[in-house]
Amino acid sequence: MSDPNSRSLNESIEARIDRLELPFNARGLDPYGVSKKHLAVFYKALGFMYRRYLTVKAHGQENIPARGRAMLVGNHSGGVALDGAMVVAASFFELEPPRLAQGMAEKFLNVMPFASEWTARCGQLTGLPEHAERLLEDDRLLMVFPEGAKGTAKLFKERYSLVDFGTGFVRLALKTKTPIIPFGFVGGADAIPTIANSTALGKLLGVPYIPITPWLLTLPRPARCEVHFGSPLIFAGTGAEDDEVIVRYVDEVKARIAELVERGREARHKRAPMSMLGGSR
Amino acid sequence: MKILIAGIAGGIAQKLALELVARGHHVVGIDVRPWHGAPSTVEVHRVDLRKRAAEDVFRKARPQAVVHMATVAQLGANIEDRARINLGGTQALFEHCKNYGVEQCVIVGRHTYYGAGADTALYHRETEPPQALGEFPELADLVAADLFAVAALWQKPQLTTSVLRICYSLGPLGQGTLASFLRGRAVPMVMGFDPLFQYLHEDDVIQALILSIEKKLRGVFNVAGPQPVPLSALAHEVGRHVLPMPEFMLRTMLGRFGLPKLAAGALNHIKYPVVVDASAFRAATGFVHKHDELSTARAFKQAFPPK
Repeated sequence: MSDPNSRSLNESIEARIDRLELPFNARGLDPYGVSKKHLAVFYKALGFMYRRYLTVKAHGQENIPARGRAMLVGNHSGGVALDGAMVVAASFFELEPPRLAQGMAEKFLNVMPFASEWTARCGQLTGLPEHAERLLEDDRLLMVFPEGAKGTAKLFKERYSLVDFGTGFVRLALKTKTPIIPFGFVGGADAIPTIANSTALGKLLGVPYIPITPWLLTLPRPARCEVHFGSPLIFAGTGAEDDEVIVRYVDEVKARIAELVERGREARHKRAPMSMLGGSR
Repeated sequence: MKILIAGIAGGIAQKLALELVARGHHVVGIDVRPWHGAPSTVEVHRVDLRKRAAEDVFRKARPQAVVHMATVAQLGANIEDRARINLGGTQALFEHCKNYGVEQCVIVGRHTYYGAGADTALYHRETEPPQALGEFPELADLVAADLFAVAALWQKPQLTTSVLRICYSLGPLGQGTLASFLRGRAVPMVMGFDPLFQYLHEDDVIQALILSIEKKLRGVFNVAGPQPVPLSALAHEVGRHVLPMPEFMLRTMLGRFGLPKLAAGALNHIKYPVVVDASAFRAATGFVHKHDELSTARAFKQAFPPK
């Protein structure tokens, strides 16, 4: 089998989109409104960020099944949700066949003109339990950040920590018999090192907060990132278990993600010992 | 079987009547509007469903099944009149069904029952309640009529009732909310929003209704066929230009400059999708749509070419 990475480098974005195993109609639209035309623009931008600007290195992507339902569950590494975008890129550029990772977009995005249209056309549906369940029932690749918005609000100094996890994702995985693929992402906070979050500015712009960086603007600088995917976690149950059981499973996933973050931190340190705010570690 | 269609003068109701006759059923229709050129094989009574004369039709005809299509969905209509027709008519229909031994009743409702909003899910299931009513009070009478009909399932167990929440219809008849919206030269859109629209060819709507009657369907069912498509793509398929406008501008321009008239609350329906999961209906009836989303749009375009 050819090296997936070299294949994705030599293949056009459009050709890879054609190999996405999604039920597109003759006009390149799937039943969720995902559009090939929009995906082409989206992946071109993501490809530039992934390969040239942030230079993301992916490990363990063979743990993501080639087809069938799966749930990518990982950490937010700070700044805005760059990590989510890069995991979507990794699922497209590193997997054979490429897969569309579908995240659960923050609800405020659906209220904003253009963000509403583009998130929907690129398969990033509003974060509702109904959407998550339906995507898994349709054997899609779901991407979940159980830290939620609190995760993207992490300050630079908190970049390797994990905040509280929600528990809904484990109940859903049990109910839909979905394997959880844990991942640890490192480097987002170096691209957008948040020194404070302005809720006042956020309110003005209709978003929960605006991260303030040393250069004030929330624009990413080039940074090396690592994403480490772990082996699938499969729990037995129906999703109707008592909270104690669910919390135990959530803790297990969280511990696995913490290990993967640590692994990424070490790999990144070997790769890029630099940072404006006191080193990459 | 003797079948009474309430609201028989509507385009889809007329085609349904003809199809039922062709299948050997005896069709009786009532409507306040005339059906010009109705065939002699269909017995048409020009009466108001809420009035005494309509009850006489039930008494004399003694239908075994009733299809209720006598609701008004046009948002341009006076809200109070609409509420009187939609609620009063539905109430009268169930009374007559009970009093004159009707065995089966098919209520033709709308998928817009679920409402459109920023945080409503795609693919609504029948168990979900209506949402976003606060932003679109003009829909309240249709929602109330739907819920009234749903109550008949347990209040009148002897009557086999099916409440169908059917997605938009489209096709050569060019009738209905979506067709009216697409008929103009340009399709107005809220800039930065492009919701999915779900529609069914008129002929497929008729097939779905016939299956509901013949399979003696009982319960609440969403009815849809092919996959939904974004409004911009649908406009393109029917040969119309899209006219994206900032929301505040569109709000003031609707109903003027050749743009369709819409209630203020209806703007959410061109910002956010109303898409239903119709798997339960397919499983219960074996319904398979014959026209896909592209051929349905083409059929409309052929009948109503762009000006």
